[in-house]
Amino acid sequence: MYEIIQQLDKKRAAACLGGGQKRIEAQHGKGKLSARERIDLLLDEGSFEEWDMFKEHRCTDFGMAEQRTPGDGVVIGYGTINGRLVFVFSQDFTVFGGSLSETHAEKICKVMDQAMKVGAPVIGLNDSGGARIQEGMDSLAGYAEVFQRNVMASGVIPQISVIMGPCAGGAVYSPAMTDIIAMVKDSSYMFVTGPDVVKTVTHEVVTAEELGGAVTHTAKSGVAELAFDNDVEALLQIRRLMDFLPANNKEKPPVRPTADPADREDFSLDTLIPNNPNMPYDMKELITKVVDEGDFYEIAPDYARNIITGFARMEGSTIGIVANQPMVLAGCLDIDSSRKAARFVRFCDAFNIPVVTFVDVPGFLPGTTQEYGGIIKHGAKLLYAFAECTVPKVTVITRKAYGGAYDVMSSKHLRGDVNFAWPTAEIAVMGPKGAVEIIFRSDIGDTAKIAERTEEYRKKFANPFVAGARGFIDDVIMPHGTRRRICRSLAMLRDKKLENPWKKHGNIPL
Amino acid sequence: MFDKILIANRGEIACRVIKSARKMGIKTVAVYSEADRDALHVQMADEKVHIGPAPSAQSYLLIDRIVQACKDTGAQAVHPGYGFLSENKLFQQALAKEGIAFIGPDALAIEAMGDKITSKKLAAEAGVTTVPGFMGIIKDADEAVKIAGEIGYPVMIKASAGGGGKGMRVAWNEAEARDGFERSTSEARSSFGDDRVFIEKFIEQPRHIEIQVLSDGENCLYLAERECSIQRRHQKVIEEAPSPFLDEATRKAMGEQAVALSKAVQYRSAGTVEFIVDAHRNFYFLEMNTRLQVEHPVTELVTGIDLVEWMIKIAAGEKLTIAQDDVTITGWALESRIYAEDPYRNFLPSTGRLVRYQPPTESAHVRVDTGVYEGGEISMFYDPMIAKLITYGADRGEAIDHMRTALDEFYIRGVSHNIPFLASLLGKQRFVDGRLTTNFIAEEYPEGFHASDLPPEDPTKLLCVAAFIHRLVVEREAMISDQMAGHERMVGDDYVIKTAHGAYTAVKCWPSDDAAGFVVEIDGAEHTVESDWFFGQPLWEGEVDGAQMVVQVDRDGIGYKLFHQGAVAPLLVFEPIAAKLDALMPVKQAPDMSRFLLSPMPGLLVAVKVVEGQEVKAGEMLAVVEAMKMENVLRCERDATVKKVHTAAGSSLAVDQIIIEFE
Repeated sequence: MYEIIQQLDKKRAAACLGGGQKRIEAQHGKGKLSARERIDLLLDEGSFEEWDMFKEHRCTDFGMAEQRTPGDGVVIGYGTINGRLVFVFSQDFTVFGGSLSETHAEKICKVMDQAMKVGAPVIGLNDSGGARIQEGMDSLAGYAEVFQRNVMASGVIPQISVIMGPCAGGAVYSPAMTDIIAMVKDSSYMFVTGPDVVKTVTHEVVTAEELGGAVTHTAKSGVAELAFDNDVEALLQIRRLMDFLPANNKEKPPVRPTADPADREDFSLDTLIPNNPNMPYDMKELITKVVDEGDFYEIAPDYARNIITGFARMEGSTIGIVANQPMVLAGCLDIDSSRKAARFVRFCDAFNIPVVTFVDVPGFLPGTTQEYGGIIKHGAKLLYAFAECTVPKVTVITRKAYGGAYDVMSSKHLRGDVNFAWPTAEIAVMGPKGAVEIIFRSDIGDTAKIAERTEEYRKKFANPFVAGARGFIDDVIMPHGTRRRICRSLAMLRDKKLENPWKKHGNIPL
Repeated sequence: MFDKILIANRGEIACRVIKSARKMGIKTVAVYSEADRDALHVQMADEKVHIGPAPSAQSYLLIDRIVQACKDTGAQAVHPGYGFLSENKLFQQALAKEGIAFIGPDALAIEAMGDKITSKKLAAEAGVTTVPGFMGIIKDADEAVKIAGEIGYPVMIKASAGGGGKGMRVAWNEAEARDGFERSTSEARSSFGDDRVFIEKFIEQPRHIEIQVLSDGENCLYLAERECSIQRRHQKVIEEAPSPFLDEATRKAMGEQAVALSKAVQYRSAGTVEFIVDAHRNFYFLEMNTRLQVEHPVTELVTGIDLVEWMIKIAAGEKLTIAQDDVTITGWALESRIYAEDPYRNFLPSTGRLVRYQPPTESAHVRVDTGVYEGGEISMFYDPMIAKLITYGADRGEAIDHMRTALDEFYIRGVSHNIPFLASLLGKQRFVDGRLTTNFIAEEYPEGFHASDLPPEDPTKLLCVAAFIHRLVVEREAMISDQMAGHERMVGDDYVIKTAHGAYTAVKCWPSDDAAGFVVEIDGAEHTVESDWFFGQPLWEGEVDGAQMVVQVDRDGIGYKLFHQGAVAPLLVFEPIAAKLDALMPVKQAPDMSRFLLSPMPGLLVAVKVVEGQEVKAGEMLAVVEAMKMENVLRCERDATVKKVHTAAGSSLAVDQIIIEFE
């Protein structure tokens, strides 16, 4: 027994060192933490229970039989974030470059399977050179096993990926299927083919950072949602994120006490909308003034900035926020913003997070880029997402709600539960000027007449009363009372039950 | 007494006048431009009259409109505030013609004191000491040099119609006198359309001290002095009453001369006689302001006299019921002018929406004269003053202490403001000692204002506040629902605080025995920290080791920004293990994109406001981009020279397209 314990201690010590002290130092030299250090930061102190510390690969080709490291390049287990259960896998770049072997994949599958059984989130910390080439087919099979589990877990438990090193080739498709991807600036990258292949095939010269760095994916491609400065910030921010999310699709989001009164009024909101309808204003001001304690956790802040998505709390309970941003592209809907918001709405719907929508949308962005890019299908995604969504939906129209974009933005017609409008709301098929130029096409040369007609149209439609008369908005509310009205609506909707007809799955226009 | 008066002004002074009028039971009428539709003075007044578009030349300066507004509303008198039409004799005459009273002096006094040369002559005749100089009109540069030689260098060359520092030059020798004459003349011509200049002795170590007078036309009082030496480019920044420099004899002598001058022009209202005082307490008349001064509240606080109330009473024909002997100085008052300007960017005006605006609570020690409110606008069309913050104490030290605390409490977000600069001024030992001159700012900030000019403070106090806040954050995180039963989050006592300089300080933080707050241990010393602050409150008000402290708290990702004494401290509070790992993180340099102006959005480049080779200052307008029918102004991030304009006006832009390249 004593001998066994001595052996165990020795093995444990060896496993904890991964690829050895030298490689850990090399990892530090690159500004990266080791797999275990990352877990220490992510989880509550002392809460981590490790599994499969002694698991080793079974490959014997290419001299691999002599190279075995306990754990085989990935640390797995469970622990808590603020006392709430999460499962974790953390790839260890110091062991075979974090490459994925058959056994490495089995370990990831093990936590995913267990997470599915108990209904708790999985957080993956990715830092891997890719497939374990020496294993070939077995490694590929391992990836596919993980992919399948990602898909099965999708919409059942929250899956979060943090890219903290390389993630290339087929490996990208596991994070790609998770709910939220965070990346660390300057030390992580994701791409299907790397700069060398790109150069050979297309003769483009591009660095790994430009091709697939954190900034590229959070601002340009939209593949990742969050970019952080370093490992420490990334992991502490993921802790904050997890505080918003429920454990699984059967649970309600967690609740945290707050001293922020539900009936807090903010009179500065009464002057948020500029007198000039063509002047932008910052929708984030409205969000931070309405939500609990001004605490807004934005998702994809750098991508498609004409729409804002993110989590906040009302009376301590999580809500998802979707809001047009008049500061960027006048807050119009385009391909990127439709995709971004659609995915966010579906996430909220899957995990019982009520959606609060703030609308100031002048319409869809015109242009060949948009049409050739398929705005029809992409815009339809957002429409589809809002329409199929069954969680509580509260909508506030602050200013413009024009045309098809009005319909899309969680309108009454898409089963919006409570739809409010500020007195400044203009709900119409289009802006007064555009409308008049169509209705009174013959008068187009006559500026005085057009101006007169425009004023007439503005008086008739540039207000919330027409929509109110039809019951498409439930009430016109004063901006300063927005928080109180949303809180009350959400409280009323707490036990909302709404089910879509049974189907295998819908056919969202992908 | 009047039943109704109209205030021909905007902003804080309009609000100030309305307050006194309301106290006297007089109804008020506000006038407003298009830009001031939602302004505070409009909301406060009983009636409001729209008088034109935003530019003041088309609204607040239009005599006809304002006279018409009086007739339409039946206002019997007009208070002009300061600026705008307050010293315009034509306005005074136009009102007189309609039988509307002007709450201010008669046209004669306005006219006599409005011209620098006339006023000096009148002053000399009234026995008021004036700066040695030549009162006449100077023909040319040769004559200027000759006169300068007679007066003795250094001399000051000044525009006769001048003000605000325009058309002023100091000359230390003949060459400078010649050059100064020419520059002053041309500046005077372009600024005031009047190229007359005069020359006088330049006073070294000068202080700006002014006497408040109040006269009903027969009885004229002096209401002590105000020292306004703290000026930046001839604009007053901090004023106080009394002056830390005057003795009773000098005060009396200055007061009597001010009264003599007022009587000489049959002054009938509140007015101010400005003097320049040298290091030997010799004082010389500068000019007389025939209106209410911006800084009048400090006088009101130390004398207990409501100047606006008396201006209204006198205009209504009432006589003073106070005699000179009744005027006493009790305590000390300071005024800081809070401006919407960026002290770190050459004090460039910063206009826009007041996203957050919470002035300190008014009390016996704090007075806030303001014309704005949270959600209001600092308009580009007018003076960017946000508020006047006035504090009162038994003595100067107490007034300074109150001012420091009040500045800590003043919470403004959305526009830049000069509170850091004011805090820095108040922190200067020379200011505390009262060793002031009008060159104070130029001498104390020779390189301009920088963050390093902020007063050094005991870092322990801020660390205590940071530990307090973070401990609360962690305790609340530990209260989240759905935790693993029996394995809940434990709250530890050990933390490490990282400051902006990258230094780590280990602290312990635990609840105090009486549960009123926390004990924070730093370097072995225990500090008690108490506050009823909770999340989302912008101000952390509490006590650190029994001493009152106010800190502004903004949460910033995983860290905090604490604002105190004009400085901002970004702090991160870690658990020990996180701090250990954080120390391994590389220090990152922000990528230098400042060489380029990039288009923030796809759109149309409507205008490029600069040309190649042009030097631009931080905050200056560079280009205008129109997207979805909205115009977005792109401004310069730092001082630079334009190397190349890559995109011409009229072209369409992609996101991040380079518009301008800097050197």
